[in-house]
Amino acid sequence: MNKNNKRNIRNFSIIAHIDHGKSTLADRLIEKTGMLTSRQMHSQVLDNMDLERERGITIKLKAVRLIYKAKDGEEYILNLIDTPGHVDFTYEVSRSLAACEGAILIVDATQGIEAQTLANVYLALDQDLEILPVINKIDLPSARPEEVKAEVEDIIGIDCEEAPLISAKDGTNIESVLEEIVSKVPAPQMDVDAPLKALIFDSIYDTYKGVICYIRVFEGTIKPGMEIKLMATGKTFEVVEVGVITGKHVVLDKLEAGDVGFLTASIKNVKEATVGDTITEKSNPTKEALPGYKEVIPMVYSGIYPAEGEDFNSVREALEKLQVNDAALIFEPETSVALGFGFRCGFLGLLHMEIIQERLDREFNLNIITTAPSVIYKVMKNNGEMLEIQNPSNLPPQTEIDYMEEPIVKASIMTPTDYVGTIMELCQNKRGSFINMEYLEETRVILHYELPLNEVIYDFFDALKSKTRGYASFDYELKGYVRSDLVKLDLLINAESVDAFSLIVHRDKAYERGKSITQKLVDVIPRHQFAVPIQAAVGSKIIARETIRALRKDVLAKCYGGDISRKRKLLEKQKEGKKKMRQIGSVEVPQEAFLTVLKYDE
Amino acid sequence: MKEIGLYIHIPFCKSKCYYCDFTSFSNQENIVEKYIENLVKELSIYKEIIKEDRIKTIFIGGGTPSYIDEKHIEQILKFIRANFNIETLEEVTIEINPGTLDIKKAKVYKNAGINRISMGVQTLNDTHLKNIGRIHTQKEFYDSYDILRKAGFTNINVDFIFGLPDETIEDVEENLKAIESLKPEHVSYYGLILEKDTPLYRLNKNNKLNLPSESQEREMYHLIKKRLKNMGYRHYEISNFALKEKECKHNILYWTIEPYIGVGLSSHSYLNNRRFWNRDNFKDYFIDLNKGILPIEGGEDTNRDMEIAEFSIMSLRLIEGIDKKRFKERFKKDIKYYFKQIINKHLKDGLIVEDDNFIKLTSKGLDLSNLVEIDFLL
Repeated sequence: MNKNNKRNIRNFSIIAHIDHGKSTLADRLIEKTGMLTSRQMHSQVLDNMDLERERGITIKLKAVRLIYKAKDGEEYILNLIDTPGHVDFTYEVSRSLAACEGAILIVDATQGIEAQTLANVYLALDQDLEILPVINKIDLPSARPEEVKAEVEDIIGIDCEEAPLISAKDGTNIESVLEEIVSKVPAPQMDVDAPLKALIFDSIYDTYKGVICYIRVFEGTIKPGMEIKLMATGKTFEVVEVGVITGKHVVLDKLEAGDVGFLTASIKNVKEATVGDTITEKSNPTKEALPGYKEVIPMVYSGIYPAEGEDFNSVREALEKLQVNDAALIFEPETSVALGFGFRCGFLGLLHMEIIQERLDREFNLNIITTAPSVIYKVMKNNGEMLEIQNPSNLPPQTEIDYMEEPIVKASIMTPTDYVGTIMELCQNKRGSFINMEYLEETRVILHYELPLNEVIYDFFDALKSKTRGYASFDYELKGYVRSDLVKLDLLINAESVDAFSLIVHRDKAYERGKSITQKLVDVIPRHQFAVPIQAAVGSKIIARETIRALRKDVLAKCYGGDISRKRKLLEKQKEGKKKMRQIGSVEVPQEAFLTVLKYDE
Repeated sequence: MKEIGLYIHIPFCKSKCYYCDFTSFSNQENIVEKYIENLVKELSIYKEIIKEDRIKTIFIGGGTPSYIDEKHIEQILKFIRANFNIETLEEVTIEINPGTLDIKKAKVYKNAGINRISMGVQTLNDTHLKNIGRIHTQKEFYDSYDILRKAGFTNINVDFIFGLPDETIEDVEENLKAIESLKPEHVSYYGLILEKDTPLYRLNKNNKLNLPSESQEREMYHLIKKRLKNMGYRHYEISNFALKEKECKHNILYWTIEPYIGVGLSSHSYLNNRRFWNRDNFKDYFIDLNKGILPIEGGEDTNRDMEIAEFSIMSLRLIEGIDKKRFKERFKKDIKYYFKQIINKHLKDGLIVEDDNFIKLTSKGLDLSNLVEIDFLL
């Protein structure tokens, strides 16, 4: 790469609400700049995990270098840095944005601004990025680009006069987006002789190369052989390779200030090179690390248990493998009376948790049982000791507890005004406190609430989605801890308490939750030859009870010559299903039971 | 040289009953002739395969074997007599349906060597018969039954089903009274099974059936067992009852995992440690036989573990239970060697009882037999 071209670098991200077309636009930009022909291009090249593509969300971010010959006749290097689009990954989004000078803000011409649009815009503004609004999906009959433009100007306060009206889907006006990037995103500062200062905005583990760090160089130069220091972890490594991604990884002899690319340095685990850390040269360090580094703290915990006890080591190995690539995942072994040996795992949020569960299932083919997610509670004991509890089983006896605190989040819910009543009722029901309501336009508002996180992780998303037919969007951030009247809700199956079902809930919710769970368990636990009582209890007090009726009949009335194979296979299948059940006392409990407890009831 | 059972499938019916998932067709009368020709062809292929073996029982099932011209039945049995070893042939059964029989047909059957009749009636309540797609009436059943007796048959089974839509315990009682007055040598009384892809299954899925509750259904079964026992029947298999020495020998072969051959559409066979089954459509069945090969659709080899499991599971269907001596003779090891733990568990739960010679299901065990049988899979 010619050194003189440096001023022709543009580093940018695309920000949007989920489903507003971020990945599709990325595809078009890549296609338009000729990096890949459309035939080579698998749809949405930036989302490279199956799971991501299926869910239409981007979980892991990456960067690609595009070469664009602009109308001014010059050739530009456009570094597109992808960002995850979900509230669980806010920190990662902020680090990606920190690597850029500008951001394209996509707004769906049919839907307008949504909760995550705003959240992402604020993150971009925090990083002083130049924001280029783009109105997408103008090919749809219900598109209302002028209204949406006005909305963006009103709500976000950015000028939309020149905002390109595009259709990422059919490729309309993609060129104008590229021109906007070239003309409006500032070129990076380029002090190539200063001490090295580079930001890690993503890192992934590769079996052959170790950890691949995706970096933005702010000052100085980085090259193979250089001894580098990671300023947050204090670890030092020798650089093996540097380069850029142009669809594949291309090794270069150096990366300089202004560049976006990757580096490898025989790093064994992503925990040693975490997102947000600053890289400098060991022998010639920069004075100050880049601002904004945060250690990721899991907000949600749950138990992950092998469905079959002998898989314990496989689950451990799988979690270790996932962790190499996911600095936010933590786990430690734990034991449950009902489920045996397993792991307590910490996640950034619910989506992160579901992703890990699905990956264990799909990529490692493991059959796992997950317990109800929990947040971290602070427990003040009578003796002045303060405990942090994320597993209900570890809660000390009520008599030893002075008081407890639970985490509260600041939630913003954007919704058409039609659903305000419904949402207020829902938030009320979830123990929320109303802060205020802002009108975005005549028919749309943002509701600000403070909600206990433990209500949010239970079924808030599902409830919100179903009650507003998907029209409301939701975003939250942790606010802090407040004192709360919490109790441990225990479930008893056939008079035996099952620790894996225990939950910490607000005292006022205990009865309702106990009743709902017992009712669901009656439906998922198969009938036995004896009646099985299902009870919910707080302390020694039973607050809800259901009974699974005894099975009276399980017999095949007819079985002759042609039925023998079929009969055997039927029994084999039945046995296979039985194998997947957990024996709790003399009751067989299917895995779904552990899941059902978490599900939203209409 | 071993003794085997021979099953012959006649897949024709005047119309299909709503609960039936057997391979059988209505409106195919025009290919009966061709089918029988091919069936005889299939038998002739078996002639070589089992020339060392003796046929102990023959069962002509369906479908409705009595629906087709009796000359075909005559022809088949004649072929068997001429080509197989029938020195020890003890039992030849044919299934018939009320309304498809006259005295001439019955006499032809008798002369052809048939010595056991299995008649499907299912219930004597005309409304219930209609509900399940039966095309005969109570009266036609009585008429057919008289014909059979007149023709000299002394071993008659009648098939009933309980737990039918709208059926009450009193309706079952009515059927039992009829049995008491007729005294057939054998009664099969099945709990209704809603097989997938049958009209009754679909009706039930759409909540269009008024079926007895699970506890009512069991009450019916318990009543049937009690009443038939009082009439002198021996309850010998989950759904089967017989007067002294009138148990169905052919079916007992199935329940004791003895070899059998099935000929005709979709018939199953168990021979030389292999279970296999025939084509289930006329086209493929005819094509194979045209080529002179057996019309086999698929099969599986049974290993020792499967045989042990099947023997135990099927023996448990018999009221006398698993014959421990026979188990040991057959598998060279005590049954406890394989199943000690689970036998103890089910003894404790009251689902089975054990004496010196047998392990058998209790009355509760009969209601929940799958729960026990599942544990005998190896």
